[in-house]
Amino acid sequence: MGFEQVYEYEDGKRDWGSFGLPREGRLAEQPSGGDVARADVPTCLLSDDLSEVRRRVRESGWETCIVVNEDRVVLGRLGRKAIGSDDGESVEEAMTDGPSTVRPSIGLDALLKRMQSNTSAVGSSRPPMGSLSGSCSAARPRSA
Amino acid sequence: MRSIRRDEVRQLLKEGAQLVEVLPHEEYEEEHIAGAINIPLKELNRKTAIQLDRSRPVIVYCDDYQ
Repeated sequence: MGFEQVYEYEDGKRDWGSFGLPREGRLAEQPSGGDVARADVPTCLLSDDLSEVRRRVRESGWETCIVVNEDRVVLGRLGRKAIGSDDGESVEEAMTDGPSTVRPSIGLDALLKRMQSNTSAVGSSRPPMGSLSGSCSAARPRSA
Repeated sequence: MRSIRRDEVRQLLKEGAQLVEVLPHEEYEEEHIAGAINIPLKELNRKTAIQLDRSRPVIVYCDDYQ
């Protein structure tokens, strides 16, 4: 058709929205998971001292801590039981799978459908891919 | 047609590139990249492409890589 410079944005608009870049349209006007996720959720590394993590989490008022790697990619979670315990475990021994991760661009309706009482969905896919951007919990919502 | 990633899209847009979402109208109306126009793939032909400026780069996209 006579066009010399044609490109394909292969990752598409989901990628665009996941990085908080400008969008338009009916869904773009509504709050998204990224808008309500709490970025102050405690995090720790596998190599961190669990007793120190527990102290820090308790002082922050949170009941959970997300285990991440150096790139803030989610590896697992230290839940209420792990934080409340005083066992001499390591972070890796105490952590559990999850939480489920979603993109920050997910609509609130879709996010709420995925969440049950006190189940946290962690918004991710900020650079680098899969890295933590915040946490959403039915028990600790942040106003959109 | 060369595949590009997000950073190059942003750079090309700064240089005046045109964005085209090739998904159906309903999906475009739900959400699209700011500034993109909609020419569904099934409707992409010489007639519908006439609204594009041939002197400027064109970036087409859909939902994601899947």
